[in-house]
Amino acid sequence: MNTPISWMKAYVPDLDVEVQEFVDKMTLSGSHVEGYEKKDKNLEKVVVGRIETMEKHPDADKLVVCQVNIGEDTVQIVTGAKNVKAGDLIPVVLDGGKVAAAHGDDTEYPEGIRIKKGKLRGVESSGMMCGIEELGSSRDFYPEAPEDGVYVFQPESGVKPGDDAVKALGLDDTIVEYEITSNRVDCFSMIGMAREVAATFDKPFYPPVVTVKANDKDVNDYIKVTVQDTELCPRYCARVVENIKIGPSPKWMQDRLKAMGIRSINNLVDITNYVMEEYGQPMHAYDLDTIAKREIVVKRAEDGDTFTTLDGQERKLDSGVLMICDGEKEVGIAGIMGGENSMITEDVKTVLFEAACFDGTNIRLASKRIGLQTDASFKFTKGLDPNNALEAINRACQLVEEMNCGDVVGGVVDMYPNPVHEKVLPFEPERYNALLGTDIPEETMLAYFKKLGLIYNESERTLTIPTFRQDLGCMADLAEEVARFYGYDNIPVSLPKGEATVGRKPFSQRVEELVREICERNGFSGGMTYSFESPKVFDKLLLPQDAVERQAIVISNPLGEDFSIMRTVSLNGILSSLATNYNRRNKIARLYELGNIYLPKALPLTELPEEKMRLTLGMYGEGDFFTMKGVVEEILERLGIRGIDCEPANDIAYLHPGRQARMMKGKLEAGIIGQVHPEVGDNYNLKTEAYVAVLNMDILTMLAGFDRKYEGIAKFPASTRDLAMVMDKSLFVGQIEHVIRKNAGKILESCELFDVYEGEQVGEGRKSVAFSLSFRAKDRNLESAEVDKAVEKVLDALKQMGVELRS
Amino acid sequence: MKEKLDAIKAEALARIEGAKDLDSLNDIKVAVLGKKGELTAVLKSMKEVPAEERPAVGQMVNEARAAIENRLEEEKKRIARMLRTEKMKRETIDVTLPGKKNLRGHRHPNQIALEDLERVFIGMGYEVVDGPEVEYDRYNFELLNIPANHPAKDEQDTFYITKDILLRTQTSPVQARVMEQGKLPIRMISPGRVFRSDEVDATHSPSFHQLEGLVIDKGITFADLKGTLEQFAKEFFGEKTRVKFRPHHFPFTEPSAEVDITCFKCGGKGCRMCKGSGWIEILGCGMVHPNVLDMCGIDSKVYQGFAFGIGLERVTLLKYEIDDMRLLYENDVRFLNQF
Repeated sequence: MNTPISWMKAYVPDLDVEVQEFVDKMTLSGSHVEGYEKKDKNLEKVVVGRIETMEKHPDADKLVVCQVNIGEDTVQIVTGAKNVKAGDLIPVVLDGGKVAAAHGDDTEYPEGIRIKKGKLRGVESSGMMCGIEELGSSRDFYPEAPEDGVYVFQPESGVKPGDDAVKALGLDDTIVEYEITSNRVDCFSMIGMAREVAATFDKPFYPPVVTVKANDKDVNDYIKVTVQDTELCPRYCARVVENIKIGPSPKWMQDRLKAMGIRSINNLVDITNYVMEEYGQPMHAYDLDTIAKREIVVKRAEDGDTFTTLDGQERKLDSGVLMICDGEKEVGIAGIMGGENSMITEDVKTVLFEAACFDGTNIRLASKRIGLQTDASFKFTKGLDPNNALEAINRACQLVEEMNCGDVVGGVVDMYPNPVHEKVLPFEPERYNALLGTDIPEETMLAYFKKLGLIYNESERTLTIPTFRQDLGCMADLAEEVARFYGYDNIPVSLPKGEATVGRKPFSQRVEELVREICERNGFSGGMTYSFESPKVFDKLLLPQDAVERQAIVISNPLGEDFSIMRTVSLNGILSSLATNYNRRNKIARLYELGNIYLPKALPLTELPEEKMRLTLGMYGEGDFFTMKGVVEEILERLGIRGIDCEPANDIAYLHPGRQARMMKGKLEAGIIGQVHPEVGDNYNLKTEAYVAVLNMDILTMLAGFDRKYEGIAKFPASTRDLAMVMDKSLFVGQIEHVIRKNAGKILESCELFDVYEGEQVGEGRKSVAFSLSFRAKDRNLESAEVDKAVEKVLDALKQMGVELRS
Repeated sequence: MKEKLDAIKAEALARIEGAKDLDSLNDIKVAVLGKKGELTAVLKSMKEVPAEERPAVGQMVNEARAAIENRLEEEKKRIARMLRTEKMKRETIDVTLPGKKNLRGHRHPNQIALEDLERVFIGMGYEVVDGPEVEYDRYNFELLNIPANHPAKDEQDTFYITKDILLRTQTSPVQARVMEQGKLPIRMISPGRVFRSDEVDATHSPSFHQLEGLVIDKGITFADLKGTLEQFAKEFFGEKTRVKFRPHHFPFTEPSAEVDITCFKCGGKGCRMCKGSGWIEILGCGMVHPNVLDMCGIDSKVYQGFAFGIGLERVTLLKYEIDDMRLLYENDVRFLNQF
């Protein structure tokens, strides 16, 4: 919402503050100022001058030398402008002054351009005549300005040499831009903002006093209105103006519209625009002679109807769109845009004014569906106060009379079957203070309410809320009004008292914290990827058509197919990020992400899905499967999770079939590790060996424990035996280790692999595997024979698997 | 005898003096003190000494032996020290060569900011609570005083799954969930991922993070809200930070405020970061709307409370002076390595 300060002053004439103070205080009282523009910020020493004489420049054909009367003085100015002549009144920037822009130059000059006296082809020139662009505006708002040349004041403007040209052109104004919150519908109007201004600066507020004389004819003889859908149109006001005299609107109105960035069209159109800005109530004017049977019917469109709006576009309608119709046809889309068929033209004789109230939600949805948003629809979507409509239409008629552009017909058609009444709320000063933590006296509060138009009933101790403040409905709302004007800054500062509480995190976050730490220590950086992705991900990951992962939640209104399903596999994000790094030629990348996957219990969704936290690790450039496995093992160990088996797998579609494993705790899957399937790598444009691991944080959190007990430090020596064995290549080292641990008895302290060898020495299809076994008893020195016996038992068991001790 | 001993001692000491290395010292030791050494020979010849003189001679021999041994030991140490010094000289390295680096991972800046925020609030007695990211309309809107067709639903551009299930647009639904459980008093924060259908650009992302805070108890006031957030701001942004509360509107709080802090780059003088204003908007807050309390089963006549919500990415971008939000989701290691 933009408001010129000059327009505010029309209702708050005593307002007299510097711009900075104005915007600061407005912000602190709740009208957040997003910015402001001083229209004359780069204009200095610009006055009205009259060209007294004009002579040819002695040395330049295209230049003339003028003597310009600037009131108390006359200056000599050389110009190349062709549209001026002696006697013209023009804006002149004097020596040392400033203009906003240069002639015929689109460059922006944030600081403006300083003008100094100088010589043009040897002739002294003490200033410059200004075009409208040089003054920081355009012909859009000053249509009388020449297309190319110096602005010339119209004779009727009444300016004289020496006058402040900035003021004369209405450029001495500041436009303030507010961010109005959705609850303050009333502030989308000049009057509403002015009421806030008056209350903020504690100055008297003078809204327009609306009176319409009208002639003694009856509007009901001109028009009949029927509202079929009173829910979508709670109020419809209509008035008629005849003997229309189309012409320009007066300068004050043009200036105010100009300041709002609205181009003046003619008196009639300007009035509707003006009232819309002033009251926040959109108005529409129909040429009554185009209204068939002189009848207006407000009703819903039919599905499939089309309608041509006054911008010449054909619009598709449906039964949710409210239409304004005449006795035969549709003449406008209610609250959004009028039709070409009833448009006001220069030949209009009789005008029908409409000021209606339409349901905000319906206008919002309809304008979205039709794909047409207008100033009017924007206002309606906020949900207007129906009680404003009558005042607004009368104001329009008052302006018609004041501006003498037609005869207002007596009477108003007012279809308002269910009037909105003012709310009455109790006045509860103690509760406002209790909520705010303040000690504000009652009288002070009542003074704030009074400024806002709330009426206090002393005997009932109640407040009557005007209907334009639809946002005030309960104690807390009134407390906020008190707080705003008391000043949020003046409210004291304290800390919550009462029962002490313990600050803490859920256990799952403690687990996550440790996991992050381990990942980072192993070179993995924290990544962040989207929760939604493309359904194409499943194909990229080579998941079979019947894979359960394909059962994903679909977003009904996604930003596009690429963001349309909630991920059921966490890998896509990390793989894409690895690819980004790879294609930007980063030699090594290691990334991890802790994020949810979303598993529906049934599709379509009838209840919330399961959200499962996944730790996804991905890397390329250095390290292999076992680097990744080492990280996973470290995580498990630090979380105190034991007894996890690394089971070879070959069925995980997106991993290399010979390099993938599941980390299992019994039947619980704690995670997977593997090399990215080369084809998946190709699909992601990640054309290097990459490794990933995905850990199921829900399982890890369930298994994790941070309790440790001191077990003592071994007092007796260990004895170690190294076993080098030859076996079939297909046997997994994990199987061997399993057999060793199972058979070596309690005295086995550790069992560590120290060599794996394949080659000529052990023969084709075979490999050599060497373990170092360490034996120790807690309570005694081990006898050599006891250890030998254990080793023998291990070897016997291994022999049955075809494992031989290497000689 | 005495002369002989003196001569042996004198000669031995002289030889020690002339010894160049540990080996020659050893030779001297063997030659003088060894089994067949000169001094040992003297000891062996003790039997020729008259019995009454033996103690005196024995003492003299021992003294000579001790003197030689001491001297030998001293010299040994000296030479060893010298040798070590020479060795260290040879071991000199170029200390200006670069240090060896381990491959180290880095925490995501957003996560760092989040942990910093959490630390402050946990220290103030807040419990961290999680909530679902796919949420019911009821928690995301209805219980937060945003009924069907409320324009806020439009403003927030919600992603819907079904009519009643959506991707949460804010972390506030966790408030409603905790209140509905009815365990009072409440002092909680809830960080997490939220979603709005904003196209990706330098300042927007359809997925971002918020941190929600909620305090409910008897007698909680707007003054308490001010005090809490002021304390938070000083703790998080620095002691000198000043805080400004501006009236605002949120459907689920009343009164509501937006909070600005003095720009942490220029300290309030005005710079590019704060667009010259000296202030930076960091969060929204307010007193929990009585309707929200009542809808969640808490008697608004007895309990009052406040809530606040911080946009995490905003804090991260400001804190680290990151100029493009997309960097946060790209995961380029050259970006991540800077944190």
